[in-house]
Amino acid sequence: MATLSVCQPQLGGFSFENCKRNAVLEAEVTKLGCNVPSARKTGTTICGVVFKDGIVLGADTRATEGMIVADKNCSKIHYISPNIYCCGAGTAADTEMTTQIISSNLELHSLSTSRLPRVATANRMLKQMLFRYQGHIGAALVLGGVDCNGPHLYSIYPHGSTDKLPYVTMGSGSLAAMAVFEDRYKQDMEEEDAKRLVRDAIAAGIFNDLGSGSNIDLCVITKGRVDYLRPHDMANKKGVRSQRLIRPVYAYKQGTTGVLTKSVIKLDLEVVEETVQTMDTS
Amino acid sequence: MNTRGLRSQLKDSVPVTGMGPQVGAYGVQDTLRSGFSSVKNELLPSHALELSEKNFQLNQDKMNFSNLRNIQGLHAPLKLQMEYRAARQIQRLPFLQSSHLALDTLKGNDESISFEDILNDPAQSEMMGEPHIMVEYKLGMM
Repeated sequence: MATLSVCQPQLGGFSFENCKRNAVLEAEVTKLGCNVPSARKTGTTICGVVFKDGIVLGADTRATEGMIVADKNCSKIHYISPNIYCCGAGTAADTEMTTQIISSNLELHSLSTSRLPRVATANRMLKQMLFRYQGHIGAALVLGGVDCNGPHLYSIYPHGSTDKLPYVTMGSGSLAAMAVFEDRYKQDMEEEDAKRLVRDAIAAGIFNDLGSGSNIDLCVITKGRVDYLRPHDMANKKGVRSQRLIRPVYAYKQGTTGVLTKSVIKLDLEVVEETVQTMDTS
Repeated sequence: MNTRGLRSQLKDSVPVTGMGPQVGAYGVQDTLRSGFSSVKNELLPSHALELSEKNFQLNQDKMNFSNLRNIQGLHAPLKLQMEYRAARQIQRLPFLQSSHLALDTLKGNDESISFEDILNDPAQSEMMGEPHIMVEYKLGMM
């Protein structure tokens, strides 16, 4: 590496040094007809619903990379604080890092205020960060939790707009899930009804959208209790492979062929000659 | 306190790292790092967020100080800026890492984590500066 001298001290954070080089490389590569590698997205159906005592969040578990399934069982419901969880759709790395950063910030904030964090705080932090990066961070989130003011549910879009609603869906399967919600949502549902509704909404997304698939994860948050059900329902189970197709087995069980008659003939053998040959062990 | 004074520090053009606009290490353009050179490349930023990120802290400070001035009067931003200036002076010379502890506490950065703390950690940087050149640059002799 040639010696390069730096005049100013290095700063942390995003570095845009390679952007021009990447733009040139991308132009060259598309001219040759190849594709630049794409980021892993989560395709996804995520949704949340407010019921009588709290929140139910639901997500599928498929992560795609272009046309290929990259992860058959990824976890899309992220921990933010003991009473707040967040589902993430969009670019998998962006949702992961964003939720981790906000979780750390919320922990520091709650230590400094010595109170349980509020969902509105997490919402405000997320929307300010996403707006700062003008949508280049591709994270679409469903944020839900129970705090001192009751259960709250927010949907947050990659450019930084948020909505506070009783039921929300995000991701490529959001229309399928929203259709189920619009049909069957009622105010002040019981916990079992809410879980069944969310499970059906995610199942609708899984079966009708290519970007969503595999299992259904649920997270039920109430005051003082969080149930993280992973997997709640294995909608797409892979079949069990039969052993004989991998490696054909030619040994048959005892009793496959019926025995009709049996006769034993003993052979009398006598020892004629006995020799000992020593081994050369030098 | 004239908050317009901060505007003079905003950067409208971004200098490319290296000894000059088009010159890399050995006096020829640095094609690997900055792509093929053209006048347009030198004048425009390479990414939509580049300018906004470079000026982000300055813009936030400007907004906060003008809010504070409108709410509490002129003395509030004046005192705070004096404290910032004082804290900025108690650091090591540019080559060695300084902890910025007083400055971070004043700005509230000790209670938050952002991409500046996670990505591109200066302690892990592959390039090392040259102490004399960095000090000369900071003191304006270069």
